[in-house]
Amino acid sequence: MEWEIVIGLEVHVQLATKSKLFSGASTRFGAAPNTQACAVDLAMPGTLPVPNEEAFRHAVMFGLAMNAEIGRRSVFERKNYFYPDLPKGYQTTQLAQPIVGPGEIEIHLEDGSSKKVRLHHAHLEEDAGKSLHETIFETHGHGMSGIDLNRAGTPLIEIVSEPDMRSAAEAVAYLKKIHSIVTYLGISDGDMSQGSMRCDANVSVRLKGEEKLGTRAEIKNINSFRFVEKAIVVEAQRQIDLIEDGGSVVQETRLYDSDKNETRSMRSKEVANDYRYFPCPDLLPVELSEDYVETVRSRLPELPDAKYARFQSEYSLSAYDADQLTQERAVADYFETVAKESGEPKLAANWVMGELAALLNREELPIERSPVSAEQLAGLIARITDNTISSKIAKQVFEAMAAGEGDADAVIEKRGLKQVSDTGAIEKMVDEVIAASPAQVENYRKAEEAKRPKMMGYFVGQIMKASKGQANPQMINKILKEKLDALL
Amino acid sequence: MAVDTQTVEKLAELARIAISEETIDEVGNRLGEVLQLVDQLQAVSTEGVAPMAHPLDEVQVLRADEITESNRREEFLALAPQSEGGLYLVPKVID
Repeated sequence: MEWEIVIGLEVHVQLATKSKLFSGASTRFGAAPNTQACAVDLAMPGTLPVPNEEAFRHAVMFGLAMNAEIGRRSVFERKNYFYPDLPKGYQTTQLAQPIVGPGEIEIHLEDGSSKKVRLHHAHLEEDAGKSLHETIFETHGHGMSGIDLNRAGTPLIEIVSEPDMRSAAEAVAYLKKIHSIVTYLGISDGDMSQGSMRCDANVSVRLKGEEKLGTRAEIKNINSFRFVEKAIVVEAQRQIDLIEDGGSVVQETRLYDSDKNETRSMRSKEVANDYRYFPCPDLLPVELSEDYVETVRSRLPELPDAKYARFQSEYSLSAYDADQLTQERAVADYFETVAKESGEPKLAANWVMGELAALLNREELPIERSPVSAEQLAGLIARITDNTISSKIAKQVFEAMAAGEGDADAVIEKRGLKQVSDTGAIEKMVDEVIAASPAQVENYRKAEEAKRPKMMGYFVGQIMKASKGQANPQMINKILKEKLDALL
Repeated sequence: MAVDTQTVEKLAELARIAISEETIDEVGNRLGEVLQLVDQLQAVSTEGVAPMAHPLDEVQVLRADEITESNRREEFLALAPQSEGGLYLVPKVID
């Protein structure tokens, strides 16, 4: 039996506004508990919400980037449930008339292929506070939960996809695409580790060729790209095993446990979800003019897809390279500076994705805090292309630059790494190596012509060693060949 | 028609309202009357009429994204039955 996995994602993205969705309290991360929870956030009697215009602008930017319909008239509703970190007893959200309607984006897969994923809708809503269950309180011991309402009322957009993804890899590609769109737009920092971006995955399986969707399980609150992939793989396998053993999937909410790499059922709810939505009487419908939407559109930055296409046409990059370099705006900007300043886009791409990425990975730094600036890397590439240094030596120079030894020129000068391109000096080294290797010379002479180029490798290696890697490899090859062939 | 006991109990649970056993029938009857009104409304043809989101025919005014609130934590915490370390304390809730 061949199974097909069907995945839809719900992604919550925290918007980068200064103040909350319905109050003037700060949204800054990391403040002392409850110092940013005002009377509106606490649902004090007599308070009224007033929506934040910037949150709407962010949501509209997102909708336009997703090629989606914009809800020029949107309505807030109350989603009723009780939990201590939700002071009002309801979450103010949108349901029937959300700010962003159906849309579509293209995701790029590892093998270079692309696929369209449809957006069902995206809506604005407020976040809840945080419950701390593990803290032991002096006065009350273990029996209490602590509530911090700083996050209550922080604006979110919830982005709901259609069940269009067919593998964990597609789901991750979609999530990465959402991440790059929101960070390009600057509407969120997209930091999954701090909860600025959270993902719920709806996963079901069906036999290949089957039209009807299988029963789905919803995996809640997955907090990294890697865990999204693992959680989907493990959940799909659980469902397949279950069905193949004659069981059936129950529609339920499950949690992914990354330590055990398994999903498990959350509390079986005593009462099925019944949120009893109704339009919020405290808030009027929000209407946005066509002018408003068009003004937002005219101010959109260049988006990942446009950059992806442009990097291929303008810099002749492969689809893979263009995709890798455009996922993060800061990386794209860095690459573009290096490419322009050095005039060598291909080399720039290789260095940014190779040595630089390895360095940042090792040092756990974002590219914005790279120890080697884009201008410095361009300077290094210029020294490779003008043959001052070889690619091999360049790696050594790069490490020195990363360690703070200055620009490429300073490092090359200080460490005496300038490539030897002096014909006389190279000829001398070639002669010495030939004189010291009579057996290899003899073999070379006796070898068939087709095999000779390969046999030159030994001599090149010796000469490189003698020059401490600084001799110009093209010149070594040329001079060596002339000298060896003269002995034939 | 009166709303049955089971439904009244379920609604009370969802709304976290305690309803005594003696009053369940009465609440069921009164909810039934409300539903009769809803039935009457649903009998009206509303084809082509947009759902009303708010009785006032106005649109929402938005505010600029500015921080206008300052920290008044101690005042608010003083209103809570229990608090410690800047947190509101509630009976333990675990998913």
